[in-house]
Amino acid sequence: MGPESLESIQKSALEDILKKYPEKAQKDRAKHLGVGLPADESQKTCGGVQSNKKTVPGVMSQRGCAYAGSKGVVWGPVKDMVHISHGPVGCSQYSRSGRRNYYIGSTGVDTFVTMNFTTDFQERDIVFGGDKKLTKAIEEINELFPLVKGVSVQSECPIGLIGDDIQATAKKTTALINKPVIPVSCEGFRGVSQSLGHHIANDAIRDHVFTSKGSDVGSTPYDVAIIGDYNIGGDAWASRILLEEMGLRVIAQWSGDATLNELRNGPKAKLNLLHCYRSMNYVSRHMEQEFNIPWIEYNFFGPSKTYESLRKIASQFDQGVQDNAEKVIAKYKPVMDAVLDKYKPRLEGKKVMLYVGGLRPRHVIGAYEDLGMEIIGTGYEFAHNDDYSRTTHEIQRSTVIYDDANEYELEAFCKRIKPDIVAAGVKEKYTFQKMGLPFRQMHSWDYSGPYHGFDGFAIFARDMDMAINSPVWGHNKAPWDAA
Amino acid sequence: MQNPQKIVIGKDLFLQPEYDETFKNKKAFEDMPEVQKVKEIAEWTKSKEYCDLNFKREAITINQAKACQPLGAVMVALGFENTMPYVHGSHGCVAYFRTYFTRHFKEPTPCVSDSMTEDAAVFGGINNMKQGLQNCKALYEPEMIAVSTTCMAEVIGDDLNAFVDGAKTEGYLPEDYPVVFAHTPSFVGSHLTGYDNMLSETLKQLCKTISKDKKERLNIVPGFETYLGGIDEERELAEAFGIDAVVIPDHGEQWNTGAGEYKMFAGGTPIEEIKGACNAKAIVTMQPFTTPKTLKICKNKFKQQTFEARPIGLSGSDELVMFLKEFSGKDVPESIKRDRARLVDAMQDSYSYVHDKKFAIYGDPDFALGLAAFVIEMGGEVTHLLCNNAPEGWAEAARAVLDRSPAKDSSRVWAGKDLWHLRSLLFTEPVDYLIGNSYGKELERDTGVPLIRIGFPIFDRHHLHRYSIVGYKGGLNLLNWIVNKILDTIDSQTKEIAKTDFSYDLVR
Repeated sequence: MGPESLESIQKSALEDILKKYPEKAQKDRAKHLGVGLPADESQKTCGGVQSNKKTVPGVMSQRGCAYAGSKGVVWGPVKDMVHISHGPVGCSQYSRSGRRNYYIGSTGVDTFVTMNFTTDFQERDIVFGGDKKLTKAIEEINELFPLVKGVSVQSECPIGLIGDDIQATAKKTTALINKPVIPVSCEGFRGVSQSLGHHIANDAIRDHVFTSKGSDVGSTPYDVAIIGDYNIGGDAWASRILLEEMGLRVIAQWSGDATLNELRNGPKAKLNLLHCYRSMNYVSRHMEQEFNIPWIEYNFFGPSKTYESLRKIASQFDQGVQDNAEKVIAKYKPVMDAVLDKYKPRLEGKKVMLYVGGLRPRHVIGAYEDLGMEIIGTGYEFAHNDDYSRTTHEIQRSTVIYDDANEYELEAFCKRIKPDIVAAGVKEKYTFQKMGLPFRQMHSWDYSGPYHGFDGFAIFARDMDMAINSPVWGHNKAPWDAA
Repeated sequence: MQNPQKIVIGKDLFLQPEYDETFKNKKAFEDMPEVQKVKEIAEWTKSKEYCDLNFKREAITINQAKACQPLGAVMVALGFENTMPYVHGSHGCVAYFRTYFTRHFKEPTPCVSDSMTEDAAVFGGINNMKQGLQNCKALYEPEMIAVSTTCMAEVIGDDLNAFVDGAKTEGYLPEDYPVVFAHTPSFVGSHLTGYDNMLSETLKQLCKTISKDKKERLNIVPGFETYLGGIDEERELAEAFGIDAVVIPDHGEQWNTGAGEYKMFAGGTPIEEIKGACNAKAIVTMQPFTTPKTLKICKNKFKQQTFEARPIGLSGSDELVMFLKEFSGKDVPESIKRDRARLVDAMQDSYSYVHDKKFAIYGDPDFALGLAAFVIEMGGEVTHLLCNNAPEGWAEAARAVLDRSPAKDSSRVWAGKDLWHLRSLLFTEPVDYLIGNSYGKELERDTGVPLIRIGFPIFDRHHLHRYSIVGYKGGLNLLNWIVNKILDTIDSQTKEIAKTDFSYDLVR
């Protein structure tokens, strides 16, 4: 018998994995697992999977909640505002500083990203309501941090359940401190994942930020905004530098290292450049409808996608910008080629299993392929169907697709499809490392980065090589164990 | 631009001139306050006036040093053999608990939730519970499931007892399958309250036959112990006396597994042992402020002898050893005498660098008391002792510890205060060294006070959790971390050639 094809291994792994579930859960999970093929036009989504549905109870889902989507992703990085975790102490504590949203500022004086602010609900607040406490908290913040530009109220689960009116409190306190207080009803039980939190956060920007004006920054035909880059390990900076080099003026950066003023000035851009489609397409669409600002998606992971994206962005502007884009590409291409010359021979043919959130399960595929690596499994924690449709265009070969995969599935897939490296989140990291598998944490770049742009790709390549070719994975077998 | 021969990460990359340029460009759009104004406010935040204003706070907590109940419940569950922690509520919480522990221990943290959403908020989470228990058992094959709640489930008033019963009577789980449960509302107490609730409920629910004849056995409750080496050390101390000791719950192995193979569950107290825990003669808790309910049940319901230890530092370890001596009726074994003598020897070798130094210490109640006691034993002064999640009685206990110090008049207790309060204190009543968890690193940066990382969580240094901070051997670790940080600090302050390096001594 000849060797099985990867595709048949993938399909049988999938069937095998489903068997362990009780009937109802099995039926449900079957809809979220598939094998995607690049040429398969019959499927609406990659692998034909369904997404953005409730998680099966009792499994170890890797998903977060709406609060995590709003406070942890979209609002938290806005640096000159205080974001109150409104409710019990835990959510605030666990979401502190995990996402490495780099920023420049004097923490505790004019910027507040890595700090924790919570109304620390006690039983009496649940019983009597927390509106008064919230009002007082906002006054105290304004007193202790006079340079704060505004406050956002990030609701935790109990707020919606006990019926506190944070909208009214926000309105009242806006007048009281004469700074915007923005209510965000991102209670964790809303929706099925952090995704709804992104949407709610976007709506809050629409309703509470666009209603006031930012500073006068003039106007040029080259004004753009970076949307959906959270500056993890400095990603947005490594991206911004390229946009500026091609002659564009980045008037706003959302929301990594962002200020309230940049949020307010977003609608002044001539073109919105959207990196994380999943978390900020909502407000980009709104700006298109309301202010007539077009938006395009771009992908700054890996040289191929970055060249492509730079040209795509430039094509929206005049010849001058287009020429500049070519100059930027010409300048960096030798460096990128040198990086590839160095690392591709060490990584060629290695198989990658991905599991992340946001844009990464598809956006990083190109970067791996530039290095000669193959993606044999990918999936999203909280995607919608359009994310999976987009994924179809990225894959080059049969790929296992898992939506809202849980710990059991990831481990089981890994054992069956045998990747050379797994790239997922911190909760997964040590599980796979214990199995002797190289791993990179792709939410936080494993405390490295940036990974965006040309500078970022060099680091990405170095890190993948480091992970796969480290001697540490060879130490598992003790000398006294028989060969 | 990167040099492919020497690729640098952000730390060095962003120092390159082109990044400076882009940062400057960005400033034009930021509308940040004037530099002068920022300096002025920064200075003001260091003042006594600001400190007073800061301490007037009633509603906002800033940089808290505590977490919520279910986190502690998850630790308890992972201390039982082949047991899955199950959190009844939204999966967002569980993602946080798993992440938080994983970042600290650098180990996987199994835990499931039943993923409640809006409909469960309206109709209750019973359906989630039934399906969830069934799925959890099928997929992960635990021998027991330990259910705790999130604030969501608590606010809507889900009744765990009825839910678990329902799941069993309707056939989602076998009738005899062990499921223990505890209500752990996040708006009451802290992660330690959750630890106590889960542990006391587990004992209550599993210990069905309480016998009058007690076994010559000692139950050891380590508490919310994040230094895993300590759990073994506690057991070994008891065993050195020939005591039949059972650690309940023992999470020491779960977060300390080896490479080469992944198994979801490791170590833990066998379920049979927990069922018989009530019939042991006595129980000793290593964190009395963490485990009041557990102690109460053991004392009142199980009629056991209870003992409260806090074996951090010399006197704390001595008290534990004296208890073990009494309990076993045996002389202190030579090995323990040797370990004590070694710790004392080490303290005598190193005391001069600690003597008279002023410390600020913060952390969980028992931890803070133990650390303070040890620093005082070394001749150090505890200027600030802060506990954000201080339970009733803690302030008095803290006062009693500080009163042992000659510097008692300048030693202050701060119950219920957070790390932003501590920041003010470090400016207005400065200390030489700060002892606490990783969150202290921002205090270190802002105030210049060197941070000695001891506590939970430690996210930014590796492997400290593998050691012990209890007993005589643990005391040696504490001493090592404290005194060597002091020496590092002295070295870093005396590096400048021909200027300060007259104290850059090779031999200390």
